[in-house]
Amino acid sequence: MLEVNAVCKNFGGLNAVSSASLVVPKGKIVSLIGPNGAGKTTLFALISGFIKPDSGKIFFDGKDVTNERPHSICHKGLVRTFQVVQPFANLSVQENIAVGAHTRLVKRQDALAKAAEVAAQVGMGKMLEQSAGSLTIAGRKCLELARALATEPKLLLLDEVMAGLNATEIQEIVNIINGIRDSGVTIFLIEHVMQAVMSLSDYTYVLNQGVMIADGEPREVTSNPAVIEAYLGHGAADRIAAISTMNSRNESVDA
Amino acid sequence: MNNRVRFTGWCLLLVMLSITPLFITSGRWIDFLEMTMFVAVLGQGWNILGGYGGQYSFGNALFFGTGAYIQALLQFKFGLSPWFALWFALAGTTLVGAMVGYLSFRYGLRGSYFALITLAFAEAFHVLSRSLPAITEGGHGVQLTLNQNPDQAIYTFQFNFAGEFLKTYGFYYTIFLIMLIAFWLVWMMERSRFGAQLVAVRENEDAAEALGINAFRVKMGAICLSAAITAMAGVYYTQKFLFIEPGIAYGPAKSVEALFAPIIGGLGTVIGPLLGSFFIHGIGEITKEMIGQVFGNRPGVDLILFGVILVLVLAYLPRGLAGLAEDLWKKIFRGNNVRS
Amino acid sequence: MTIDFLGITLQSYSWQTVLGSSISGVFLGSIYALVALGLTLIYGVLHIINFAHGSLLMLAMYAVFFLWNILGLDPYLSMLIVVPCGYLFGYTLQRTIIGKASHGKDEITLLVMLGVSIIMENTALFFFTATDRSVRVAYDLDGFDLGVTYVVYPEIAALLGSLLITLVLWFFMSYTDTGKAIRAVSKEPQGARLVGINVEHIFAVSFGIGTACVAAAAALLVPTYAVHPQIGNLFVLIAFTVVVLGGMGSFVGALAGGLIIGVTEQLGRLYLGESLGLITISVIFIIVLLFRPTGLFGSKSN
Repeated sequence: MLEVNAVCKNFGGLNAVSSASLVVPKGKIVSLIGPNGAGKTTLFALISGFIKPDSGKIFFDGKDVTNERPHSICHKGLVRTFQVVQPFANLSVQENIAVGAHTRLVKRQDALAKAAEVAAQVGMGKMLEQSAGSLTIAGRKCLELARALATEPKLLLLDEVMAGLNATEIQEIVNIINGIRDSGVTIFLIEHVMQAVMSLSDYTYVLNQGVMIADGEPREVTSNPAVIEAYLGHGAADRIAAISTMNSRNESVDA
Repeated sequence: MNNRVRFTGWCLLLVMLSITPLFITSGRWIDFLEMTMFVAVLGQGWNILGGYGGQYSFGNALFFGTGAYIQALLQFKFGLSPWFALWFALAGTTLVGAMVGYLSFRYGLRGSYFALITLAFAEAFHVLSRSLPAITEGGHGVQLTLNQNPDQAIYTFQFNFAGEFLKTYGFYYTIFLIMLIAFWLVWMMERSRFGAQLVAVRENEDAAEALGINAFRVKMGAICLSAAITAMAGVYYTQKFLFIEPGIAYGPAKSVEALFAPIIGGLGTVIGPLLGSFFIHGIGEITKEMIGQVFGNRPGVDLILFGVILVLVLAYLPRGLAGLAEDLWKKIFRGNNVRS
Repeated sequence: MTIDFLGITLQSYSWQTVLGSSISGVFLGSIYALVALGLTLIYGVLHIINFAHGSLLMLAMYAVFFLWNILGLDPYLSMLIVVPCGYLFGYTLQRTIIGKASHGKDEITLLVMLGVSIIMENTALFFFTATDRSVRVAYDLDGFDLGVTYVVYPEIAALLGSLLITLVLWFFMSYTDTGKAIRAVSKEPQGARLVGINVEHIFAVSFGIGTACVAAAAALLVPTYAVHPQIGNLFVLIAFTVVVLGGMGSFVGALAGGLIIGVTEQLGRLYLGESLGLITISVIFIIVLLFRPTGLFGSKSN
């Protein structure tokens, strides 16, 4: 569904993204993890057309979308959400989602009806008239998701959709995301909440300082020493390994 | 306040406006209402780009003046019927709007920079209209010949010699009709996909782009519509006053009038420009009366007041008079619910 | 050689005439630079485009006129009164009306400034009427003959005045505590607040200084220009063009931009005639806004 080939982006001397490559197969949930500042959101911006890569190619659904603008990429079926939520504050929840629905629907009545449907899908069915500006952070994240969903995407790019949510809210969103995947939408998400990453993703990529340092099944990847070092610092992998060896030795002694 | 209520309210208002002339004989009242509706149209043109689109133009005189000039010049130089000329005026002004829009939006101008460039364009046309007498008659302005033949009144779109009724009320109903068309267009726009996309771009351009909206195209559509509607006001002006010159056409006065009404009345609402226009002209008349008795008839009084109202509205009433009305309506409604 | 085009006559001139025009353009430009200085400072610190700048200039010019008319005070001397008053007026304006009404949103500030300028312009119209007011001083037609052009004392005073004020401002911004505080606030308001700088006060100070510059420019302008309520409009577009050309927030830019615009306007007047010459300003403005909005010396920060 999505293929990123050796994409590079340099900002005034800083290599935000260096030769990053990845594949997101159709119908799967793939996650992108990495410490803060690794370049994950930049990569999303490159894929969704907000920034032009310096080199490399991006293929979506078989077509080259490397230099396309965000709105035409959206029409092709690739939609992104934003890490810092961007609601249309002065509009109601329903009007917000309807903007997404209008990508495929022309008549206002149809768009509003579709918006109500999608709102119900994400659990916002009762909040249609509420002003988007008055929502809690969880509400806004849900709204962001609903808006993107209303465009009938083939691939959904979710940027830290769980940031700022509590445990219950996270569980709810995880269920919703699974539901979205079951309905046939491919999902590519950036996340810090490891619990979600583990339970949701079929495959994981790890980005650190603009470079892809690992990829694989979530469980493999999180025990990869290079990945541990990226998050916890140099030498951390060895220290953790040493502690667990010590613990297992102690256990065998007790037993 | 739901759609049905709004629609009913509008029908009532429009019926009242259409039969008012039959009950009022005072020329001053007719003039007042004509002026109110004229500024309402001017304001509605600005409202499309400014209220709904969030792009504040400080140079809408550009569209007014171009519409007025094309209408005047085609009649003056080529003897074209005003009914033909007006289509050229609308088309020509829309083209000018497209040009300004293309340059501004293609280069990503927003906020203050956009306001400045519209100012520059209006000023440029002001200078051009004054300095190219071969085309625009320069500082003399364009004076259209007065038609004194009652049979030719409709053909020449001049009502001064067209019989009692048309002479008194002809232009009242003209501007009423124009207002009807302009406001209907905006009412439809509000309920269309284009309107939803325009508002989305105003609220957050990046998020709108991410949802498949071509912000450039949407803004271009808005500025063209804005230009066309403002041009209608220009056409009306030419026909009513039969005279246009650079200062009236492209001077800052029209640019400022165009934004007072919607801001005070309520940005991004259909009724805003009319409410705002009615309010400021009403207060203007009252003030001129009061001050006139004390200081004599001195210019500037009403504009001082308008400026003060503008600042007060911006500070304390961001959604304008229409917003205030909505809030009051909700209070009354909620009050009812609690009681029952 | 003469070309006729759409009713305008274009002809070539001798190099002496062109040089003469350019020199008077430099003097004119120095006044523009001074007006623009206040504007660029206000933009640099508050990040607002002061649409009321022209009206402030107009009010200051009336002040200078009335000081001369009623007290017989020479315009250049009246700077001693008008400049501090201008500072106080600007400070109060920002602190009370503009700061409060804007709710911190840029689009609203834009409209508030417009409203304020309309109020000022029409108050002047109401109280002073639209008649031109001129100041006549004994020396306003005396000057030097440079061969290619005749330079009068007021023009020289304007050039020297502008350079001096720019220097003083630069010194103030670089070496005084308040100046440093202003630079801090312009770069990072939140950070400045955290270090204990009273940001609202600094905003008002900057606006006040900007107004003071305009007041100084007014005193320098009055001997040459007749005062009427609309004169602000004329200078507003020019001042904006200068600031945009020179770069928002840059003093050097305001100076350079002012001189360039002054020369261009005079040459435009020479070749295209009095009225059409003014179009050069709009054209430059549009071109710069489209192709190099940061101007010659401006920073890309915003």
